[in-house]
Amino acid sequence: MGYAIEFEHISKSYTPEEVVLSDINLAIEEGELVVLLGQSGCGKTTLLKLVNKLLDFDTGYLRIHGKKLSDYNIEELRRSIGYAIQQVGLFPHMRVWENISYVLKLQGVDAEQRRERASQLVELVDLKQELLMRYPRQLSGGQKQRVGVARALAANPSIILMDEPFGAVDEQTRTQLQDQLKNIHRKLGQTILFVTHDIHEAFRLGTRIVLIHDGRIVQDGTAEDLVFRPQHPFVRSFLGKKGFSALFDEAVLAALYPLVLQGELDMQGCLALLGQKRARIETTLA
Amino acid sequence: MLGRIMALYVQRFPFFLELMGQHIVITLICVLIITVAGLGLGIVMTKHVFLAAIVLRLTSFLYTIPSIALFGILVSISGIGLKSAVIAIVLYGLLPMVRNTYTGLKEVSPDVLEAAVGMGTTAWQLLWNIRLPLALPIIFSGFRTMVVMTIALGGIASFIGAGGLGRAIWRGISTNFPEMTIAGSLLIALFAIITDLILEVLEKGVRKRYLGEEESHA
Repeated sequence: MGYAIEFEHISKSYTPEEVVLSDINLAIEEGELVVLLGQSGCGKTTLLKLVNKLLDFDTGYLRIHGKKLSDYNIEELRRSIGYAIQQVGLFPHMRVWENISYVLKLQGVDAEQRRERASQLVELVDLKQELLMRYPRQLSGGQKQRVGVARALAANPSIILMDEPFGAVDEQTRTQLQDQLKNIHRKLGQTILFVTHDIHEAFRLGTRIVLIHDGRIVQDGTAEDLVFRPQHPFVRSFLGKKGFSALFDEAVLAALYPLVLQGELDMQGCLALLGQKRARIETTLA
Repeated sequence: MLGRIMALYVQRFPFFLELMGQHIVITLICVLIITVAGLGLGIVMTKHVFLAAIVLRLTSFLYTIPSIALFGILVSISGIGLKSAVIAIVLYGLLPMVRNTYTGLKEVSPDVLEAAVGMGTTAWQLLWNIRLPLALPIIFSGFRTMVVMTIALGGIASFIGAGGLGRAIWRGISTNFPEMTIAGSLLIALFAIITDLILEVLEKGVRKRYLGEEESHA
């Protein structure tokens, strides 16, 4: 299979001192779900917005489905890429069904078909049909984010860009939404590029995690790679800052690694352990 | 007094009817010009920050000139009659229309705009499908202010020969006939109040539709 998105030596800076992205190389296969992980201001959102050309880069090449970004008609390209953002950005003057099917309207699909598609999509994101006629202001935070996801899926895009789309909801709803996204991805198989600063979210969603720091990719690999084979001092310090202090304890890591390799412990369980005190981990392991 | 005014309305019915007709026509012409020019200017201003600053300064300045003085100046430029009256009223009415269009368009949430652009909305579609509808409540409140102001100013416009209900006031003053003056003033007030009431109802509808006011939350 070919690549859905290829970044090649992509760099971007506002001033010579203010470098946003430097020499990004990243190839994403068709159908992959890739998480861009990093602290705020690291450049992950900027990288995402290069794909639908909300931002431009200075040097390098960006190819989508093997074709250079500059060879696309920009509006048509954007319509073929799903886009969901943290603030959702639902249109307050349109009903839920109009919001969901907005891209289809831009593509000239008639109202009957748009209604039908919206109705399928609310089902997919686990919302009730009666919400279709509501306005965004009549929805809860979680419902809004689901509508945002449904809207990103409306035109059957082959690529979906998501910028912390589950940021503004409580923990429980977020977990539900993440599981749902994984299901949808399994079912529909689009290429998803997902930006987050939340390491739990990254580990739950992505088989492939790209950790970004100061505009550079510091590691590109699986959750196991990040925990057990960090390629840069920042990787461990980033995870450590997020509450996995046990990561700095070589003895604990050495004890955990074989368990993960043998499949006795999954990454979620491993992370749950890493968040605890050394004594607790030792008793659990014993 | 009130009885004599009523008698005057009955007695001079065709006269008042003619003046009312003229007043409505002047109002309609001015409202049309101001709406088109105000919307256009407001839209262009969102694209040019420098122009926006100039236009807002200029329209605010025009607003501070006493109407009688402005009419006087215009008479010396464009002469007596409807033309000068329309120019003066349009200059006054531009401020609320331009300012509200500009503010309304500027206040559309950046998240909404980013989502719309990111999904492939063209510049025209963005203006037409997203920005204008979302700015409509604010634009409409400017429109309402402008219409009422236009009706009131129409009364003064008659003093430079533009016709309208102000002629009754003028005649009353010049012939020392207070009933006539009050009769003309009352009709202008009535016209303004009724129009304002109608616009108020429409405005409530617009606000409800686009801002969701007075609607229960689920």
